[in-house]
Amino acid sequence: MTESLGASLAVNAEETDAAARMRRREARTRLSLAGMAALLIACLLLSVGLGAVAIPPLEALSVLSARLGLGALTDHTPVQETVLWSLRLPRALLGVLVGAALAISGAAMQGLFRNPLADPGLIGVSTGAALAAALVIVLGGAVPFGLGTIPGDLLLPLAAFGGGLVAVALVYRIASHDGRTEVATMLLAGIALNAVAGAAIGVLVFISDDQALRDLNFWLLGSLGGVTWDRLLLVAPLMLGPALLTLALARPLNALLFGETDALHLGIDVEQTKRLVVLLSALAVGSSVALTGVIGFVGLVVPHLVRLTIGPDHRVLLPAALMLGPSLLLLADLLARTLVLPAELPIGILTSCVGGPFFLWLLLRRRGLGIW
Amino acid sequence: MIDSARPGRGRLTLGIGLVGAILTALAPPAQAEGPHRVVSIGGAVTEIVYALGAEDRLVAVDSTSSHPPAAEDLPDVGYMRQLAAEPILALGPDLLLVIEDAGPPEVIAQLHATGVPIVTVPDEPTIDGVLDKVRRVAAALGEDEAGETLAGKIRTAHDAVTARLEGITERPHVLFLMSMGGGAPLAAGADTSAAAVIEMAGGQVTPNDFSGFKPVSPEALAMAAPDVVLVSERTLEALGGAEAILTRPDLANSPAARTGRVVAMDALMLLGFGPRTPDAVATLAEALHPDRMSGR
Repeated sequence: MTESLGASLAVNAEETDAAARMRRREARTRLSLAGMAALLIACLLLSVGLGAVAIPPLEALSVLSARLGLGALTDHTPVQETVLWSLRLPRALLGVLVGAALAISGAAMQGLFRNPLADPGLIGVSTGAALAAALVIVLGGAVPFGLGTIPGDLLLPLAAFGGGLVAVALVYRIASHDGRTEVATMLLAGIALNAVAGAAIGVLVFISDDQALRDLNFWLLGSLGGVTWDRLLLVAPLMLGPALLTLALARPLNALLFGETDALHLGIDVEQTKRLVVLLSALAVGSSVALTGVIGFVGLVVPHLVRLTIGPDHRVLLPAALMLGPSLLLLADLLARTLVLPAELPIGILTSCVGGPFFLWLLLRRRGLGIW
Repeated sequence: MIDSARPGRGRLTLGIGLVGAILTALAPPAQAEGPHRVVSIGGAVTEIVYALGAEDRLVAVDSTSSHPPAAEDLPDVGYMRQLAAEPILALGPDLLLVIEDAGPPEVIAQLHATGVPIVTVPDEPTIDGVLDKVRRVAAALGEDEAGETLAGKIRTAHDAVTARLEGITERPHVLFLMSMGGGAPLAAGADTSAAAVIEMAGGQVTPNDFSGFKPVSPEALAMAAPDVVLVSERTLEALGGAEAILTRPDLANSPAARTGRVVAMDALMLLGFGPRTPDAVATLAEALHPDRMSGR
């Protein structure tokens, strides 16, 4: 009697202990998510508020209210209005979209490949886009298929977007047969395609003149500058849509962490998941690259940062990446456009400069823990 | 106080009265008043601003504006093909002088949209192109007279060289090398600014079976057999001096090595097609046709 009572008490105590741990963890997760949301808002405000042209908060509010048809609050200057409304705001929003697209695609890719080194570039989308962009930059007007009628500033993003999608389609096709897609084959095909596209870019570099070479170099380092409202609104659905849809893949991606066979036994349509991850990433990253050029390391590093703070559960990992990616990209862009005033750094320099060392640290830390 | 600070406008207003004041407000700024906060994009454009004596109006230049040395002390808005709109607007410019190739186009469009006056200066690799640049920059600054004087000087200097080269029968082969930091140096082919200057100085570019700047194999360089090697000062330094260039295996047997003819010049002077173009042509012509150019 006393014995069994004691035993059940012990079990109860254990249960409450486990439940309390879980509650604590959930509370911590919620806190982290709230922190990331706050960080994103702070980064957005900083991005809109800071820059070469001084725009105090009151003037900034005044510009916004004037633009929204509520009338000016104070007498801001026309330059302040143009800078805030036509330069900073679309640029900051582009930063949010691109950061979100790169980070969530990276997270989904790492889940799909079950490989911490995976990033959206792995399936060829960045290199395919880069090759198409290089073709446009170097060969310029001499383009086939009557594409010459498209103005040059539109041709470049269109070509980059198309190039990215074609590359992904190729990689996917190579890795698929009999309705199954081999993830390992896809990874290797991606590496091979990246090498071939890299060689083709090399040929283009060889035949390009000094000026095209510099243009190409800058494109390969990425920039959020030069975006207009028109272009932003045109491409926004292509980035935001896939990024948000990826959120719905959290459960299948969680199941895939156990391996494909186990995921299948858990009732997950594994092939469908692969198709969706690849398609959504290709769309989101392809449209990002088309507008900004290649921005490295965001897709690789952000998911790792989230895993370190919150853990590997995709139901939290994906929304967290969706918020942390934009924050980091906005901060990098803020540095890019204020560090060397009145000039501007390519943003890829900053993301790689921070991302590279961070990734090395991650590697060393993992080695120390004996995980690999 | 106000009158003494802006004498021109003050006297005009007093003299002609209200109508004059309205006209002053509506008409483009009078010559003496021209733009006072100018951002100059493009090495040749900046050189012309200095040659016109209007450098006190410059508030910033781009990173290709390396001459005169004082230009390098001005704020630098970055490489001319990778400009950013906001930092330029933050300088509060009332005129942007922009060489034709500046960009990216989206940023130029953003700048246009803000209503800041932008004058685009065409870049033609000919002496008429230089004169056109001078006149356009001068007009934009409201310095037409100084522009005509400068254009006249350039024309005269150029005509003097052309006259000396009148009727030359042989055109020596000139190899232009550009070092891009490691790797094989690039050679200038046909349709390059280097080829244009060489042509003006009475030479011909070699090799000429491609256009643009290309890395050329050592054997192709040996085949080119240049009479003169032309380099920028920076390339001369990068390649280790004239001696080192002429003892390269691919050039050691060339006529240039036998006569020791290496010409080095500031890259902007040589290729920029700015006010120093006649000097660049004359310097090169001296190496190509010493008999014609002696006693200059």
